[in-house]
Amino acid sequence: MNRFLGFVKKEFLHIFRDYRTLFILFGIPAAQILIFGYAVSTDIKNAGVAFLDLSKDEVTRMLTNKITSSGFFRNNGNLLNYNEIDEVFKKGKTKAVIVFEENFGKNLGSEGKASLSIIADGSEPNTATLVVNYTMAIINDFNREYSGTPARGSIIIQPEVKMYFNPEMKSHFMFVPGVITLILILICALMTSVTITREKEFGTMEVLLVSPLRPIQIILGKVMPYFILSFINVLLILALSWFVFGLPVKGSMVLLLAECMLYILMSLTLGILISTVSKSMQQAIFISLIGLMLPTILLSGFIFPIENMPKIYDYVSMIMPPRYFILIIKNIMIKGTGLAYIWKETLILIVMTIVFVALSVRKFKIRLE
Amino acid sequence: MNDQAIIVKDLVKKFGSFVANDHLNFEVSPGEIFGFLGANGAGKTTAIRILSGLSKPTSGTVIVAGFDVYRHTEQIKKNIGYMCQKFSLYEDLTVKENIVLYGGIYGMSRNLIRERLGNLLEKLRFREYENRIIGDLPLGLRQKLAFSVAVLHEPKIVFLDEPTGGVDPITRRQFWEMIYETAERGITVFVTTHYMDEAEYCDRISIMNDGKIVALDTPGNLKRQYDAESVEDVFIKIARPG
Repeated sequence: MNRFLGFVKKEFLHIFRDYRTLFILFGIPAAQILIFGYAVSTDIKNAGVAFLDLSKDEVTRMLTNKITSSGFFRNNGNLLNYNEIDEVFKKGKTKAVIVFEENFGKNLGSEGKASLSIIADGSEPNTATLVVNYTMAIINDFNREYSGTPARGSIIIQPEVKMYFNPEMKSHFMFVPGVITLILILICALMTSVTITREKEFGTMEVLLVSPLRPIQIILGKVMPYFILSFINVLLILALSWFVFGLPVKGSMVLLLAECMLYILMSLTLGILISTVSKSMQQAIFISLIGLMLPTILLSGFIFPIENMPKIYDYVSMIMPPRYFILIIKNIMIKGTGLAYIWKETLILIVMTIVFVALSVRKFKIRLE
Repeated sequence: MNDQAIIVKDLVKKFGSFVANDHLNFEVSPGEIFGFLGANGAGKTTAIRILSGLSKPTSGTVIVAGFDVYRHTEQIKKNIGYMCQKFSLYEDLTVKENIVLYGGIYGMSRNLIRERLGNLLEKLRFREYENRIIGDLPLGLRQKLAFSVAVLHEPKIVFLDEPTGGVDPITRRQFWEMIYETAERGITVFVTTHYMDEAEYCDRISIMNDGKIVALDTPGNLKRQYDAESVEDVFIKIARPG
C-alpha cells in the first residue's frame, strides 16, 4: 500500500509542478462556463408534439392536422389530462404540448376568439424557442385561412406560451450540462492518455514495469489523481454555475455526483485505452482532441439537437458516451428526474466503461509480451 | 549451482515464426560483471525483458536470483534493479523526490530511505543538488544518479541496458568505477553496451548474433581464441564473418 501511495503522490507532484496541466485542469473549465453564453440556433424538423385536447371538436382536429402535417412536427400522442404533461416531458421525446381550452371550437364560433397554450420543453432553450415560433406561425396561418372563409368575420386564436422546466428560457441552463460533459471527457481522457504515454516516451514506464508495482497499481496510481481532481472540477463548475448564473440542481445532488463519478471513470478508462494504442504524446493528444472534442461538441446534442440531424449522424452519435451523459445530467439538473428515467443511459455508460477496461487490459498485456 | 545469480538453459523466445532467442545457455555468478553484447536486433533486449520478468519465454529454463521466471516474477522483481538506455528518472521531480519515490516502490522503510539518501548524496558529492529538479542537472550526473537509484534497494542483480549512451569519457570512467564498487558489494551486474572498450572491463562477455549466443568467455580468452587485438575485433569477426 505504501508503494502505491508513494506512486500516487508522485503523480500529484507531476500535476502541480506543471502549470500548464493545472491550467488545463481548472482554467479551461471555468473559462468555458463563462464563455459558452449563447449557443447556436438551429432548424427543427419532426419535433415531437403532444396534444391535450379538452374540446375535441372539428376546429381543434383541423388545427392538430395542420400542425402535424406541416413537416416540422410529429404527433406524439394525445394526452388525457394536465397531469400527463409532466410525464411526457420527462420522457424527453416530446418538445412541446399544445393545450386546447374547453369549448375551443364553440368559443371561436360564438365569440370569434379562443385560446390555446403552447407548453415547450425549456430544458432545451433553442429547440423550445424554435418549436414555439414555428407553432405560432402555423396558428397564424390557420387564423388567416379560417377567418378568410366568408360569413365568419375575423377570428383570432390567442396562443399562450409557457416554458416547462426553464420558465425564463435561460440558455445557460443548457450549456452548463454541455460544458460539464465536454470538459470531463476531454480532461480525463486527454490527461490520462498523455500521462501514460509520457512515461512510455521517457522510458520510465519500463522501469515501473520492472519494479514490484503491479501493472494494475501503475494504472490506478496514474488515474487516481485525475479522478480526484476531475471530481473537484465538477464541484467547481456546479458552484460557478450556481453563483454566476443561479442555476440550481433540481434533482438529487447525490445521484448527480454519482453519475458524474461514473462518467469520469468512463472517460479515464477511455484515456487509458487511447494511451495503449498511441505511441507518442502527440498522437495521444491528437486522438483525444480530434476524436473526442469535435464529436462531443457537434454530435452529443450539446449544441445541435440530435433529432434534427440526418439519421446517419444519429447512429454515429450512439457510440458517443457524451450523448448519454448529457441526457442524464440535463434530466437531473434541469428536470429533476430520478434514476427511473435515466437508468438506460446509466447502464450504457457502465457497459462502455467495462468494455474500455477490458480492451485496455488486453492491449496492455499484448504490449507486455 | 543453485547459488548462481542467473541460470539460463535452452531459452527460446519466438514471436510468431520469428525466433528472437534461439536456445540460449549461460550462467552468471553472484558479484560478476557480465557483458551482454550483440548488434542491434540480435535479441539482447528480448533476453533482458525475459530475465527481468517483463516477458515470458516460449520454452526453456530461466532462474533469476533463485526464482523461476514462469512462476515467481513478483519475487524476481523485488530482487533486481533496472536502468534502461532511456533516462529512467523523472525530470520534473527533485533528486530527493525521485529517490523517495523509488525507495517507496521497492518497499523500503522511510528510515532506510533517509539513511541511504544521505549516504548516496555524500558519496556522489550531491548534497547541494538534493532539492534540485533532475531536468536541471547535467546528463553525466543524472546517469550516475539513475544507477545509484537502480541499486538503492540493494538488489541481487542489476540490469543495465546501455547505461552510458551519450555520456562523456570521463563520466563513463566514473560510471564504471561505480559498477566495480557495486559488484564488490556482491551485486551481480548484467550490462549491455555498444562501447567495446567497456566490454573489456567485464569479467565475462557473451556475444549474440541472430538470436544465438556465438561466444561466451572472459575478454582475454576471447581475444586469444579469435586472435584479436581487442574485443572490438572479436566482435567484428563474429558479427560480420568473412
